Amino acid sequence: MTVAQGIGVGERQVAGDQGEPSAPEVSRRGRRLTPYLLLLPGLGWLLLFFIVPIATLFSTSTQTRPPGSEIGVYVQTFRWANYVDSLSEYTTQFGRSFLYAFLATGLALAISYPLAYAIAFKSGRWRNLLLVLVIAPFFTSFLLRTIAWKQILADDAWVADGLRRLHLLSQSGHIINSPTAVVLGITYNFLPFMILPIYASLERVDPRFMEAAGDLYSNGITTFRKVTFPLSMPGVVAGTLLTFIPAAGDYVNSALLGNRNTTMVGNAIDSRFLRVVDYPTAAVLSVTLMAAILLLVGLYIRRSGTEELV
Amino acid sequence: MVEATGGRDLRLEHVTKRFGTFAAVDDLSLTIPSGSFFALLGPSGCGKTTTLRMVAGLEEPTAGTIHIGTDDVTYAKPYKRPVNTVFQSYALFPHLDIFENVAFGLRRRGAKQIKQEVEKALELVELGGLAKRKPAQLSGGQQQRVALARAIVNRPAVLLLDEPLGALDLKLRRQMQIELKRIQTEVGLTFVHVTHDQEEAMTMADTIAVMNSGHIEQLGNPTQLYESPNTAYVANFLGQSNLIRATVVGTSGDDLLLDVHGSRLAAPVSRRASGDKELLIGVRPEKIHLGAPDEVVPDNHNVLRDGVVTDASFTGVSTQYLVRLPWDQEVMVFVQNLGVGGVLVPGTKVSLSWNPAHTFALDGSEDALAGVQLEEPVSVG
Ligand SMILES: Nc1ncnc2c1ncn2[C@@H]1O[C@H](COP(=O)(O)OP(=O)(O)OP(=O)(O)O)[C@@H](O)[C@H]1O
Ligand SMILES: [Mg+2]
Repeated sequence: MTVAQGIGVGERQVAGDQGEPSAPEVSRRGRRLTPYLLLLPGLGWLLLFFIVPIATLFSTSTQTRPPGSEIGVYVQTFRWANYVDSLSEYTTQFGRSFLYAFLATGLALAISYPLAYAIAFKSGRWRNLLLVLVIAPFFTSFLLRTIAWKQILADDAWVADGLRRLHLLSQSGHIINSPTAVVLGITYNFLPFMILPIYASLERVDPRFMEAAGDLYSNGITTFRKVTFPLSMPGVVAGTLLTFIPAAGDYVNSALLGNRNTTMVGNAIDSRFLRVVDYPTAAVLSVTLMAAILLLVGLYIRRSGTEELV
Repeated sequence: MVEATGGRDLRLEHVTKRFGTFAAVDDLSLTIPSGSFFALLGPSGCGKTTTLRMVAGLEEPTAGTIHIGTDDVTYAKPYKRPVNTVFQSYALFPHLDIFENVAFGLRRRGAKQIKQEVEKALELVELGGLAKRKPAQLSGGQQQRVALARAIVNRPAVLLLDEPLGALDLKLRRQMQIELKRIQTEVGLTFVHVTHDQEEAMTMADTIAVMNSGHIEQLGNPTQLYESPNTAYVANFLGQSNLIRATVVGTSGDDLLLDVHGSRLAAPVSRRASGDKELLIGVRPEKIHLGAPDEVVPDNHNVLRDGVVTDASFTGVSTQYLVRLPWDQEVMVFVQNLGVGGVLVPGTKVSLSWNPAHTFALDGSEDALAGVQLEEPVSVG
């Protein structure tokens, strides 16, 4: 083995020696440029569909409507007070967005972790089938599935009926058109984004670490607390981010499953932009939502200390 | 350290482990005295790891019992056994630093003075300064020592080492062998060391068990195994042996008189491990003297004439010759390099002679090539 390795190394060195001097300057520069050339399409895409829209958004957020102009015409006046006005008007919606997103993320985590754990370690030959089932909802549209929830949670459907029978819901109470329905809807819609990263993370945990923990006096629960769970943290962080971020910006669930008192920032942006044609306010809300999410995510990643694990 | 749990023998009785119908370990019985350095030696796939895993509790025997001292631990959970393992892959926890890795077992048992214990263990493996690093920031040899410290710090009754040196290069391996031996002497725990490197087993262990397809071929100290193998498998697996077919034609005093293709040889009766009349006699290559074709040998020495050198390889310390005998068998002879005479070229006619006391005898029905290792054992992950 050593001999073979020695020969292998030798050959590589010989090849390298021949290659270096004969390689002209140009091709070497070309080699250095290759990574950048490969980045080009991606950068172009990013510029066109991300940087440009964001710049436009920023710019719109400080525009005003000139007196006497038509509806939907705005000009740049750098009116920073737009931020103060809009944010004071929509503080509740912001609070609600983050609250709902937080609750839905927590709920999704509580459902997903045991599920992902079972699929990764206990499912045996059913594993692939279970994974397909996790992804299966994606085969129909997000909107359709949320509408389906509208029916499931409806006043005369079995869920509400059952809860009433169990006296968990008052005779006149409903689930539909309530904050509960919105949070449940969000939880449901983003569940796969929580399950899959956690599953991937758990799947990668080498069972030998668990054996080693057992060998070092840990019972099943301690092994999970001290070894399996910490090693699956990258998946938990990825899953919570993938759930929380879109959940905070969601408006479909609130629109379909909520009522007037469940509006989230997403709904406000939607109505300001499409119905009232008040572009600056919509832009202010979007920019603020984005900034708030970035801030929260940054803090979260730092606190969970998983930069190196991810 | 924690309570001294040492001082208890490890006893395996008729242990069998089947995977489906395949018996990875087949009716294995073994007693390992407390405080000894025991080596399980055998080729890849012979059941060494499976045996260790059953002792550690990571695998349940299909049949048989395992005792540590007087406790029956056959079905005990791994975390309830006074056993720790140094895994072949080390299995250091990647999310914990070296200190926490070593402290892991102590913390689980609620030990006192964890800091001192861990520092002492890291000192023992000479890694005192690296406590704050993560496993990924250590070299392979350092990781191996952390794995050792993590196990030793718990003072288990039995320490299991599953080819812990397999991933290291030769130099580091030799160094770690000496280190391991030193640590074992220092802490006085029972070490069960699994390896398929026979040299490693011989240099380190008090007792070696040679395993072959799920059972133990022979058990003894290194000298016993080397000088008096009981089977052709052991003779060939542990070092190299020349095994020659012989027929007993009589006895003279303490010696068996043998016929080998017309030559008269002798072997001590006491060194016949098995067999009756038809034997395989063995002699180690370094015990044979290579002489001129008509060399006069001491009266009672065994001699085989009309040999022809077919191959000579000079290794520095010695020259390894292959000599073909008239009946077309090739015999290996190691001639120590004493600086007199050159290397014999292939084609040279020679005679072979050796002291009959260096001859061992096995049953003639055995396969003379059992356990032959064609190449240097290659470490398998
Ligand atoms: N979980 C398992 N299922 C089926 N067969 C197994 C299993 N574990 C081990 N075996 C088989 O049992 C035999 C012994 O395996 P074991 O791991 O004990 O070998 P080993 O002596 O440690 O070999 P190596 O030197 O290569 O590590 C092998 O033939 C292996 O294929
Ligand atoms: Mg093994």
